[in-house]
Amino acid sequence: MTTRIVVDPITRIEGHLRIEAVVDGNRITDAISAGTVFRGIEKIVENRDPRDVWAFVQRICGVCTHIHALASIRAVEDALDIRIPKNANLIRNIMTTTQFVQDHVIHFYHLHGFDWIDVLSALKADPAQASALARSISDWPRSSDGYFRDVQNKVKTFVESGQLGIFANAYWGHPAYRLPPEANLVGVAHYLDALSWQKEIAKIHTIFGGKNPHPNYLVGGMASTLNMNDNDVINMERLDLVKTKIDEAQVFVDQVLIPDIFAIANFYKQDLYGGGVGNYLAYGGIPTVDIREPDSFLFPGGVVLDRNLSKVEEVNLKDPLQIQEFVPHSWYRYDDPKAGLHPWQGKTEVAYNGPLPPYSNLDESKGYSWIKTPRWKGRPVEVGPLARFVVAYAKGNQEIKGLVDDALHRLNLPVTALYSTLGRTLARALESKFLVNHLAGFYNDLVANIKAGDSQTFNGEKWEPEKWPSQAQGVGFAEAPRGALGHWVKINQGKVSSYQAVVPTTWNASPRDASGQKGPYEASLLDTPLARQDQPLELLRTIHSFDPCLACATHLLNPQGNEVLKVRVI
Amino acid sequence: MSKSETYYQWARRKGVSRRDFFKFCTLMGAMLGLEATEFPKIVSALQSKPRLPVIYLNLQECTCCGESFLRSSHPLVSDLIFNMISLDYMEVLQAAAGKQAEEVRLKTMKDHPGGYILVVEGSVTLGNGGVFCTIGGVSTTDILKQTAEGAAAVIAYGSCATNACVQGAYPNPTEAVPIRRVIKNKPVIDVPGCPPIAEVITGTIVHYLTYGEIPELTNQGRPKAFYEHRVHDNCVRRAFFDAGQFVESFDDAGAKQGWCLYKMGCKGPTTYNACAITEWNDGVSYPIKSGHPCIGCSENNFFDNTPFYTHLAKIPNNALGKDVDQVGMDVVGVAGLAVVAHAGMTAVVKHGEKKAKEGSKP
Repeated sequence: MTTRIVVDPITRIEGHLRIEAVVDGNRITDAISAGTVFRGIEKIVENRDPRDVWAFVQRICGVCTHIHALASIRAVEDALDIRIPKNANLIRNIMTTTQFVQDHVIHFYHLHGFDWIDVLSALKADPAQASALARSISDWPRSSDGYFRDVQNKVKTFVESGQLGIFANAYWGHPAYRLPPEANLVGVAHYLDALSWQKEIAKIHTIFGGKNPHPNYLVGGMASTLNMNDNDVINMERLDLVKTKIDEAQVFVDQVLIPDIFAIANFYKQDLYGGGVGNYLAYGGIPTVDIREPDSFLFPGGVVLDRNLSKVEEVNLKDPLQIQEFVPHSWYRYDDPKAGLHPWQGKTEVAYNGPLPPYSNLDESKGYSWIKTPRWKGRPVEVGPLARFVVAYAKGNQEIKGLVDDALHRLNLPVTALYSTLGRTLARALESKFLVNHLAGFYNDLVANIKAGDSQTFNGEKWEPEKWPSQAQGVGFAEAPRGALGHWVKINQGKVSSYQAVVPTTWNASPRDASGQKGPYEASLLDTPLARQDQPLELLRTIHSFDPCLACATHLLNPQGNEVLKVRVI
Repeated sequence: MSKSETYYQWARRKGVSRRDFFKFCTLMGAMLGLEATEFPKIVSALQSKPRLPVIYLNLQECTCCGESFLRSSHPLVSDLIFNMISLDYMEVLQAAAGKQAEEVRLKTMKDHPGGYILVVEGSVTLGNGGVFCTIGGVSTTDILKQTAEGAAAVIAYGSCATNACVQGAYPNPTEAVPIRRVIKNKPVIDVPGCPPIAEVITGTIVHYLTYGEIPELTNQGRPKAFYEHRVHDNCVRRAFFDAGQFVESFDDAGAKQGWCLYKMGCKGPTTYNACAITEWNDGVSYPIKSGHPCIGCSENNFFDNTPFYTHLAKIPNNALGKDVDQVGMDVVGVAGLAVVAHAGMTAVVKHGEKKAKEGSKP
């Protein structure tokens, strides 16, 4: 006897995601993932000044808040063959790694935390034992009996008010929660600590980009001028503030995030479901030297298929046969409904054939999502921290391999344990550790370069449109916190003639393709248990392990002259 | 607040005097458009009701506003959501999902008719029967209307909610419109910006909590405390504008001395926002201070007031009558004339804005 359950809204994500799952007993036997919002930004940037476009596409997402801007300026710089100064690359790297660490911590505590941590159970904890537990795994100073007693009292007062706010009507007491009350209390305390800390590291963006969310970028470099002998621009005081926030971030990751992920993983390590498609893709990114030099990337690019770590395929964003997007189950129309189109040839016309709202169910035999179906050589692939780590591990990257092997050893788990919901979450935490160390390194490199007499942050040689070719095209890419990100731009007579973004959540949340291959979300739910059909805690845990970002995923691709405004409802 | 503690008791414990509490109730009554004879009912309601419930809806947006909300330093966002308000529904933070999440929203609406604040992030989409944005299979346009019905007031939070922001830019494929276009029978407070500064939204909520009234608004419906002045008026680089010292190219000698970015396209002179005073992320900086021109993200239709890197006088159809190069020369030449030239230009800019506003009325 199967039941079809609907979870919509999936909360604690960015944007609007709907999951429908067919459940047999306490197993999910089929699932569909649907993006339910659409804005059309890529159509809007057509005929705009390419130097402006970063600001438009940055608004694809405010959680991934700077990475779309970065991919956009890289696409324009690629098209116009603009080289950026060393300082600009370092500042971009500082901003990128800052974003990764901040985003990963917010995800772990504020978006994913309640999938592992039972807030109400924390009320039963003995604060003295919670303190002993916390001190046994970390030197984090906020670990006294009194501190945990205060946190517990705060939660108690809150709960007893009868107004549970963000904790209301959740799944507390669910059998899939495995932490003892003391570990739950530590988790709740760190939820609050992380909420206070995340706004601090964001100040690094504010110094170089003027604000966060949505810091400013510039084609050709960065606008944040460096002058150690002036008080109106980035000087030593500003850099010292950056350094202070980097130091605080290192402490937070080392003393809070990393001990917590190991503590939680120890209690949940028998729950190794949610593996998904088993194919992993990374474009590679964070160039220590320059985006044109892949050998200098912190994250190597590549594709691992079928969990085969002995072979890594090369990925090429400009090869028309590698990255293709399909629309058999998306609310768009191609001339050939079975075709897969590379982003350069992308052609999309909105054709909504879902039910008119309000509706109860979507029909997977038709279109059921605003998300398209990208495939790499026809294969569904997962992107994100786990994909980056799998590719780097398979390529023998010593630093990442060391982190992974050490973690698996501490948890007494085989490498295959990575292919799971828990593995995805573990990889994200390890990535935070990996990057916070490099954040300090980029800062030191920037200071050393300034000391060597180089304060240039911008290359204006090709700023003026008269210096551009009449036609150009480029690709900008980056590893975003949620995975591989690519922007493809075409420029004609100084204006954008087409623009496309294929973003991490498009890869991960994609609907099935014409041959029935499910996307990573859908596939990962197939072995996810559900102890209670009406309380989808494990389903949320698996979906959250990907860190969904739906505003990113549901954008409009380039209609190449087709009038997008004529939306068909069929 | 304990289970038996009313909003009144909580407010007293937080240091609000009885007199201020009654003032709060009176102003709330006035805001709701009630007759004076009805005011005692509000007093009674608040003396027996729990702390202020808040429903936060995400429509067509990018969640930058929600992220900005999390960055609030004063008040700390944790203090706001755990001690000051009851944030009953906010998809980004709430633990419950699916039908359990929707149940919470409906319960708050049922238990507190006329007694909750609705914060809306995102624009409404009118295109194609609401298919462009749904939650739980329901068009968010309908969810917004339904949820606003019993709200005491609606805060349109961020430029998507106040002017449809990027998705509302030409050609606006989804017919994205501001909240005001759909919610007409409630007080709507516009808090624009992409995103707004964290302390501007939390400050607006705390103002309402503390004084029991909507803050004083500008003629565009924005809290005066944050949107009364142009970024230009208090800009850290203002002295360079007045002295006619302009950056001519990014990273040039002027840029390295923090000169004015007006010629690089800065929209500070036509943008009303608190950036130059409050600054961002607990007062650390703001775009111009960090070297990039203001893109005017709190102004209506700012994504169509482009290109960003062309200064206002050179944007086609801009009403600003005078080329800044000329102004700069005047200023350098005769210091006394600088003030006059600038004052004149300000007047022209303001006139242009007024005209633009009239032109953009829906």
